[in-house]
Amino acid sequence: MATLFLYTARIMDFELTNQHRLARATARDVARTELAPYAQEWDQTMTFPGEALKKLARLGFMGISIPKAYGGCGLDSISYVLIIEELAKVCASTAIIVSVHNSVCAYPIFMLGTEEQKQSYLVPLSRGEKLGAFALTEPNAGSDPASLETVAERHGDHFILNGTKTFITNGSTADIVLVMARTDRTKRSRGITAFIVDKSFGGIIVGSKENKLGIRASDTCELIFKRCTVPAANVLGELGAGLGAALDTLTFGRVGVAAQALGVAECAFEESIRYSTQRKQFGRPIADFQAIQWMLADMATEIEAARSLVYRAAWLKDRGKPFAAEASMAKLYASETAMRCATKAVQIHGGYGCMKDYRVERCFRDAKVIEIYEGTSEIQRLIIARNVTK
Amino acid sequence: MHPLKIIVTVKQVPDTNQVKIDPVTNSLVREGVPSIINPEDRNAIEVALWFKEHVGAETTALCMGPPQAVSALEEALAMGIDKAVLLSDRAFAGSDTLVTAFTLSRAVMKIGTYDLILCGRQAIDGDTAQVGPQLAGFLGLPQITYAEEIQYDGMTLTIRRGLEDSNEWIRVKLPALVTVSAGINRPRHPSLYNIVAACDPERITRLTATDLKVPAAMLGLTASPTKVKKIFEPERHARAEMLEGEPSHMARQLIEKLRALHALDREHNPHEREVSSAFNRL
Ligand SMILES: Cc1cc2nc3c(=O)[nH]c(=O)nc-3n(C[C@H](O)[C@H](O)[C@H](O)COP(=O)(O)OP(=O)(O)OC[C@H]3O[C@@H](n4cnc5c(N)ncnc54)[C@H](O)[C@@H]3O)c2cc1C
Repeated sequence: MATLFLYTARIMDFELTNQHRLARATARDVARTELAPYAQEWDQTMTFPGEALKKLARLGFMGISIPKAYGGCGLDSISYVLIIEELAKVCASTAIIVSVHNSVCAYPIFMLGTEEQKQSYLVPLSRGEKLGAFALTEPNAGSDPASLETVAERHGDHFILNGTKTFITNGSTADIVLVMARTDRTKRSRGITAFIVDKSFGGIIVGSKENKLGIRASDTCELIFKRCTVPAANVLGELGAGLGAALDTLTFGRVGVAAQALGVAECAFEESIRYSTQRKQFGRPIADFQAIQWMLADMATEIEAARSLVYRAAWLKDRGKPFAAEASMAKLYASETAMRCATKAVQIHGGYGCMKDYRVERCFRDAKVIEIYEGTSEIQRLIIARNVTK
Repeated sequence: MHPLKIIVTVKQVPDTNQVKIDPVTNSLVREGVPSIINPEDRNAIEVALWFKEHVGAETTALCMGPPQAVSALEEALAMGIDKAVLLSDRAFAGSDTLVTAFTLSRAVMKIGTYDLILCGRQAIDGDTAQVGPQLAGFLGLPQITYAEEIQYDGMTLTIRRGLEDSNEWIRVKLPALVTVSAGINRPRHPSLYNIVAACDPERITRLTATDLKVPAAMLGLTASPTKVKKIFEPERHARAEMLEGEPSHMARQLIEKLRALHALDREHNPHEREVSSAFNRL
């Protein structure tokens, strides 16, 4: 054991372990058979991939890094990002459904929840018996969540929630929603508390599914809370512990979204290689033209850089080190890489790239959305800047 | 009744779907080609798991290969197999099918008790379909190959063998060895739930030539009567011929050409009469 420690301490190791490789191969295999044949249709028809998710749930995808004791798989964060990346390569919508459920619903309950909350909510979430969502954004509070207006008023051993949440992923399909609401009007972020809300509590009106540019198979909805009664026992973490505590656990979500972006970028790149080596103009494959080669070279380089950022953020987390700035860097760079790669991919495909029959058209639409949710690029830059100037 | 003891043989092979041919040297590019469990071995694993779930069985995966073949066993464990044995030793390198089967038979004896040995019909990198039958030979077991359906009734199996143009139902008493074809089932995915346990190094028993107590002279390349002299890509003679004109004219031409090639002869084609009458209608 001692020699092993010395060995690992001396070298910088970029190798994945067998566990990582098996997790990735499994996700790749599952994505190929359970998602690939249907992803395009789901996108076109805005169909939530419910049946596929049931299969994924049986295989552990809904509790990837939750410990076995709480119904999860006990995999590390590197395995987690590899899995999300593989799903996103094939279907970015499924990737975000799984990512939101795992990283911003199940994971905060694991980190901040009481034993009782874990038994009642985390276990069914990790087993995939229930689907999770996270509700922070409001019509008047997007990038500035501390200004949120949904209120939770205490009445004995209950809280009554009133307010409107918007753009909620898994909004209509989720059973359990983590809701951020104001418990103290005199404070800003310190006046906010996280609640575990079971849809069956009642008092929640689900708005219609948004008709979106990209990530169309995931259901994004408005949730209106009208006298929604939540037991005080469902406060997650401390009352008024502030947005800070909740947001801390959300850092992991950024890494998941970064992995999703990485998958989209890789898909755009692989499709571009395939197309440009086959498509002939002026008597030769267009990949022979330097203009195309430079695009491919830039895509490959940026993808490698994004991959390093994403895996490293996960690696830091697995070692219990601070990773907030790295998570933001990964989310920022990977999502912008996805957008740049998808733009080039459409360009390389020419007119065909604008057609829905070609895979890169979906990459292009999906990539744009990834630059916006879980913190826009501007907000990631703001977080990074705060970290480097403090 | 005690749970059945089942051994599944598993080979790690390059994913031939992803093997490319170097356009310059015309040789196979194996670099960067992922290794996978031989597809029909996955079918055999699925059969073993069917027994585990429906009858009660203790399942062991047995693999001979280089140290990195451990990942094939990890995947088998993640699919739900209980135990895994890796046969790995430089002395095993270069084994042909006969010596592979011999070595596997020694490992099976070392494992000890078993009721059923399951193998994939053949491996996609060699396509010989010999190791299963030879293993049965070394162990003195009845063998049923090309299984496409298995029914279990106490200690007998009733098996449908899928042959080229017919099916054969065979009943066999355990212990026996069965090789299974791809059509028998749809192998499950590994489960993320099982990955941590599957990758625990303790889960896999490693055996070397010394453990099998077999002298080196009986192993590997030295002992193998088959020697591969050369591997090459067959030259392609295929050429395409485009037919032109009205569809009915093209169909007539096509049938004439197929006739000339004897592709429509009666022994090949029970529908000759329909073809003729269709031809006459054109
Ligand atoms: C498909 C989809 C799914 C979503 N899922 C969820 C979900 O599950 N749960 C949830 O809570 N939310 C979700 N959201 C909401 C998402 O997180 C917000 O849309 C995002 O945070 C931006 O908020 P906003 O839309 O209100 O834009 P605004 O905050 O109004 O931003 C508009 C523009 O101003 C910029 N901006 C704002 N403030 C600053 C600043 N200080 N400095 C520089 N630029 C600034 C922004 O970067 C942006 O470019 C989802 C959104 C989408 C599109």
